[in-house]
Amino acid sequence: MADLLRLQGVHTHIGQYHILQGVDLAVPEGELTMLLGRNGAGKTTTLRTVMGLWRASAGSLSFGGTDLKPLQTPDIACLGIGYVPENMGVFAGLTVRENMVLAARGGAIDQGRLDWIFSLFPALRKFWELPAGNLSGGQKQMLSIARAMVEPRRLILIDEPSKGLAPAIVDALIQAMLELKRTATTILMVEQNFRMAQALGDGVAVMDDGRVVHAGRMAELAADPDLQARLLGLSLGAHQ
Amino acid sequence: MTDHASPTPAIPAPPLLDRLKAQAPYWAVPALGLLGLALIADLSTWGTLTLAGLAMGMLIFIMASGLTLVFGLMDVLNFGHGAFISIGAFVGASVLLALGGWTGADSLLLNLAAVLLAIVAAMLATGGLGWAFERVIVRPVYGAHLKQILVTMGGLIVTEELIHLFWGPNQIPLPRPEMLKGSWVVGGVIVERYRLLAVVLGVLVFAGLRYALVRTRLGLLIRAGVENGEMVEALGYRIRRLFVLVFVAGSALAGLGGVMWGLYDEIITAQMGLNILVLVFIVVIIGGLGSVEGCFIGALLVGLMANYTGFLAPKVALGSNILLMVLVLMWRPRGLLPAGKG
Repeated sequence: MADLLRLQGVHTHIGQYHILQGVDLAVPEGELTMLLGRNGAGKTTTLRTVMGLWRASAGSLSFGGTDLKPLQTPDIACLGIGYVPENMGVFAGLTVRENMVLAARGGAIDQGRLDWIFSLFPALRKFWELPAGNLSGGQKQMLSIARAMVEPRRLILIDEPSKGLAPAIVDALIQAMLELKRTATTILMVEQNFRMAQALGDGVAVMDDGRVVHAGRMAELAADPDLQARLLGLSLGAHQ
Repeated sequence: MTDHASPTPAIPAPPLLDRLKAQAPYWAVPALGLLGLALIADLSTWGTLTLAGLAMGMLIFIMASGLTLVFGLMDVLNFGHGAFISIGAFVGASVLLALGGWTGADSLLLNLAAVLLAIVAAMLATGGLGWAFERVIVRPVYGAHLKQILVTMGGLIVTEELIHLFWGPNQIPLPRPEMLKGSWVVGGVIVERYRLLAVVLGVLVFAGLRYALVRTRLGLLIRAGVENGEMVEALGYRIRRLFVLVFVAGSALAGLGGVMWGLYDEIITAQMGLNILVLVFIVVIIGGLGSVEGCFIGALLVGLMANYTGFLAPKVALGSNILLMVLVLMWRPRGLLPAGKG
């Protein structure tokens, strides 16, 4: 499978801090690549650098053959990249509908696609005209993901969707992400919840100290407790 | 996420006390009005002062609405906003003085046409000035508050000097058009014609802004940008372009306010923008940064407070709006209806 997104030797500085220290990462088209690693390993910074929210100071970022480095965030988004940030980035003062309307850059939301999204996230239909600030944490996460799905995207970047959510909501999210995977959308997801990572990941990249220290298939990592212990310091099984 | 897998707990209605607390800012203006009535204890005097206060508040709202959006959208402290008020007043005055035949005629239609032309000219001039101001003065100092204060204050001073250069150093009397002079007495309440026009115009501007912000895609983008500009960019929109648009519109509204304030005071000076700017900033802070609704409520509160205290305790009147700001901030530290920052 060809790589849709490719990062080579990417360095990112935030102020005086050198966060990404030569990230090499390939995200194959049509797959869900899971980005794992300890807190502070540089996972969120990697996603933000792809979106142009933090500028890469060195290295190359290529998306479907387009060099992302000189582009501004809106241009990168318009290439067909959806972004679900760690804090969800929901506009609290806008209704659920208004949040979705803004995400549909092409104009009106396609009704068929909206019905599909509602089937994945029924809460959004229920609270369609409610200010998004009134939603629960899980519902806000659903809205944030739904916003990235409102139009077909070539790549969706999702930062820790399970963070702070109850197990039942995480299960529901996993089901929704499996549905999204059936559309062959390419996804790069940061996740700390190993159960979710195992359930969804096709490929995996593990980061440590601002570098990718392992890249391979998720199934192989899941089946190898020694590798898990070496890369993540813990067995995946211990965190289910 | 299927129905059986998705727990979608209904959001319970908040307790009555919480709902009342959330709605309290909307009751602030009637509450101040009733307090004024209790203290003044004379219905016709109270009615006169209330109408005067509402008219003053509407004019301040027109000038402050653009500033609150600029503040909320890009965190820009623009002291240069006062320059647009002054320039608007002087351009408007030039048009009105040139149309002396229309303003002096005993025809409401001709009078209003003259005022309308003055407003259009002022808004075009200040909108254009705002565009240049954003490009030359504000753009290099995004994200640096201290530099913003210094450089926009500098812009204000330069503009004041330019006004002296073009219109001379003296204050210019600006008489109201013939049919907008004087007042009616309705049930003992003195209704100044011009103040009524100010109230109508203020309501129209508020309604127009609300419509634009709530009903249009551009308005949605502005509201979203005030909350979380980074996310708006990540959705594929250029917030910088949006900001220029808001800056120009805000400058044009300041120009409109300048013309109206000039006619309200019937005299204009190069420093008028700076003098009003204090009230405008108080209104923006009381209302909550980035909130047009909050700005509207804050402006009416300031207008009413100034008129009531001017009547009840003239010595207190000067500091009454500072006192009002302190009280509001003690009650709601982020202002009455702050736009949520994501």
